[in-house]
Amino acid sequence: MNRTLFDKIWDRHVAGTFSDGRALIAIDRHVVQETTSWHAFDALRDRGLTVRHPELTWSVIDHSIATRPGRTADSYPPTRDMILAMRRHCAEFGLRLYDIDDARQGIVHVISPELGIAQPGCTLVCADSHTATSGGLGAWAWGIGTTQVLHVLATQMLVLRKPRTMRVAFTGRLGRGVYAKDMILSLIGRYGTAAGTGHIVEYAGPAISGLPVEGRLTVCNMSVEFGARAGLIAADDTTFEYLSGRPFAPAGAGWDAAVADWRGLPSDDGAQYDTELEIDCTAIAPRVTWGNSPQDLIAIDQPIPHPDSFADVDRRAMAERALTYMDLVPGRPIEGTKIDFAFIGSCTNGRLSDLREAASVARGRKVARDVTALVVPGSAAVKREAEAEGLDRVFLAAGFEWRESACSMCVAANGDIVPPGKRSISTTNRNFEGRQGPRSRTHLASPAMVAAAAVTGHITDVRRLLDGEAG
Amino acid sequence: MDKFTVLRGKAVPMMRANINTDDIISAQAMAGKVERIGERLFTGWRFDLNGDKRPEFILNTPRYEGARILVGGINFGCGSSREAAVWALTDYGIRCVIAPSYGEIFHDNSYQNGLLPIVLDEPLVRRIAAAIESAAVPEMIIDLTRCRIVLPDGAEMPFAIPDERRAALLVGMDELDVLLGRMPDLDAFQRADRVARPWVWPDAT
Repeated sequence: MNRTLFDKIWDRHVAGTFSDGRALIAIDRHVVQETTSWHAFDALRDRGLTVRHPELTWSVIDHSIATRPGRTADSYPPTRDMILAMRRHCAEFGLRLYDIDDARQGIVHVISPELGIAQPGCTLVCADSHTATSGGLGAWAWGIGTTQVLHVLATQMLVLRKPRTMRVAFTGRLGRGVYAKDMILSLIGRYGTAAGTGHIVEYAGPAISGLPVEGRLTVCNMSVEFGARAGLIAADDTTFEYLSGRPFAPAGAGWDAAVADWRGLPSDDGAQYDTELEIDCTAIAPRVTWGNSPQDLIAIDQPIPHPDSFADVDRRAMAERALTYMDLVPGRPIEGTKIDFAFIGSCTNGRLSDLREAASVARGRKVARDVTALVVPGSAAVKREAEAEGLDRVFLAAGFEWRESACSMCVAANGDIVPPGKRSISTTNRNFEGRQGPRSRTHLASPAMVAAAAVTGHITDVRRLLDGEAG
Repeated sequence: MDKFTVLRGKAVPMMRANINTDDIISAQAMAGKVERIGERLFTGWRFDLNGDKRPEFILNTPRYEGARILVGGINFGCGSSREAAVWALTDYGIRCVIAPSYGEIFHDNSYQNGLLPIVLDEPLVRRIAAAIESAAVPEMIIDLTRCRIVLPDGAEMPFAIPDERRAALLVGMDELDVLLGRMPDLDAFQRADRVARPWVWPDAT
C-alpha cells in the first residue's frame, strides 16, 4: 500500500495498540519549557515517579525571561518563581537545562532544529502549540498539554488516535517582497483557522521544495493557526545539508545510516490523503492581518473589509467586533495605518534569515518618530550569528532595540508588552485580543513588512521600499 | 481526575466563534501560581484595566454568574496549548463545554482534567443556546451516564463521545495509569528501535 510521509512516521512509532483503535506512540524527543511544565514536575514527584528518559529530554527557559541586556531571573519579578522552579525541577530530575545565560538558550522551537534535536521522521513533543515548527525538518512535532508532559516524562509515550492527513501543494513562484510567512498566511486566510483541524498537514509542491529550511520552519510553525496540530515537509538534500554537523544530529557512520533511512520517508507515489488543497504562490502579495484572528487577512493593497462582505454569520460578527477592537474603518486601505510598535522575533520569524530580510529593509533608514521597534533574536545562536555579520549594527543604527533571545512580545509573558490601545505590527503568529498585552492591537506580517512599517511609521507595502532600493 | 457522571447547573451561552485560550486565560493572568486561577478566567472580558468587573460581560450578570456549563461557538479553545485554560474553567466551576468544534490541544486537555467537551452540530448548539436564553432559569443537566443533555424545558438531546473517554470520565481515571500499565510495550519497542534507529538515541551515537 502506498503510504504518506505521515503514515510512515506513525507506523514506526506505534509501541502498542488498544482494541478501540487508539495507539501507544513512542516519543523520540521531549522539549520542556518553563511556563507549561511546573505542574507536571509536581505531579511526577507526587506520584513517586522519575523521568524515564532524561537523555531524550531537553529543557529551556524562553517564555518568561526578560530580554534587556544583563537580564537575570529577577529582571521580571512576576515570573521569577517560575524560572527558579524550572531550575529546581531540572536539577531534581536530572534534566539538561539551557538556562538564561547558556550559549544554546533560545525559543524552544528555534533551538530544536538549530541544535539538531529535531530530525526527519522523529516524534517530538513540547507543551507549546508552535512545536509544529520542527515539522519543517520532516519531524512529526506537535504541541501537548501539561498533563501529557507528565505522561511523556514518566513513560515516554502518549495515547493517540491516528489523525487524518492533508496535503497542501504550494505551486508557482514567490514574487519580490513575498516570503514563507506570506505563504502560510495565504493558506490560513483562504481556508480559515479551523480548516486543518483533525489533520496532519503535509506541505509540498515546488514553492516548498524551493524554500530553505528556515522558511519551511516558518510555514510549519503556523500549522496550528490553520487548525492542525502538526505540519510536515518531507526531508530532502536541503534538510540534510542544514542538519549535518549540528550538535545532536547523528555523526559519522550514524549520519550515513540516518540519511539512508530518511530518504525513504517521503510519501510514496499515489499515496492517498484525506484532503488536498492548493495555493498558487505566484498570485500572493504581501499579507497583513486586520482583525483578531489569524484568518483575518488581506493583501497589503486591499481595503479593510466590510463585515457585510462575509457570508458566514460567525465571520460577520467576529469582523464587527474586531474592527471596533482594532479601531479600523472598513473600506479604507490598510496601507497607511499608523503604528506604535514594531516587533521582529518569535518562533515564527526569529531566525537568522528573518533578521536578514528585516535588516535589508532597515539598512540606511530610521525608525519613524513615536515608533518603538524591537528585534529579539530567536536564540542566543541567532543573536551571535547576526552580530557576526553586523545585523545588530544595522538595526541599532536605524533606531531598533537589539535584545536577548526569548519569546518576548509574541506572548507578552516576560514584561515586554504593547500598552493598552497601542497598535503593533509583528512577525509573530497570533493577533488575538490582548495577545501582546491587555487591550493591545496586533497586525501580523512578514519581517520585511514589519521593518517597512517601523521605518515609515505606518503599515506599508514593503515592495515600494525594495523597489526604491533597486532604483 | 475528578469523575463526571451527572452535572446540573447554570449554562451560559457564549456563541462567538474562535474563543481562544488567550481569551480564556491570558499569558499575564497565568504567570505564577495556579491557585484560584478561576478568578482570572476570561480576564480581559470580565475585568477592566483597573481590575473592576465589567457589568456587561455575560458571566458578570446575576443570571449567568457561576455557570457550570458553557455553550460556545466553532473552534472553541483554539490557540495556545496552555492547560491553564482548562484549569481556569474548571476552577471557576465549569465542567462541561458544548461547541461545534474545538482547538485540538484544548479538547485533549479537557478530558485530562474532567472537563467534558461535547461536540454537536452547529444548529443543535444554536438551539441549545436559544433554549438557555429563553428559559426562566438557564439551568440544564448533562447526564454522561445516559449521554443526554436535558434542556431547561425538559427536552432531551443525545450526544456522543468516544467510549474510552466516557469510561475514564465516569470513574475519574487518569490516562497516566493506562500508560504505566503498558510499559512492557515500550520496553519491547525500544529494544527493537535501538537496533533499527540507533541515531535517535543520543547515548548510542
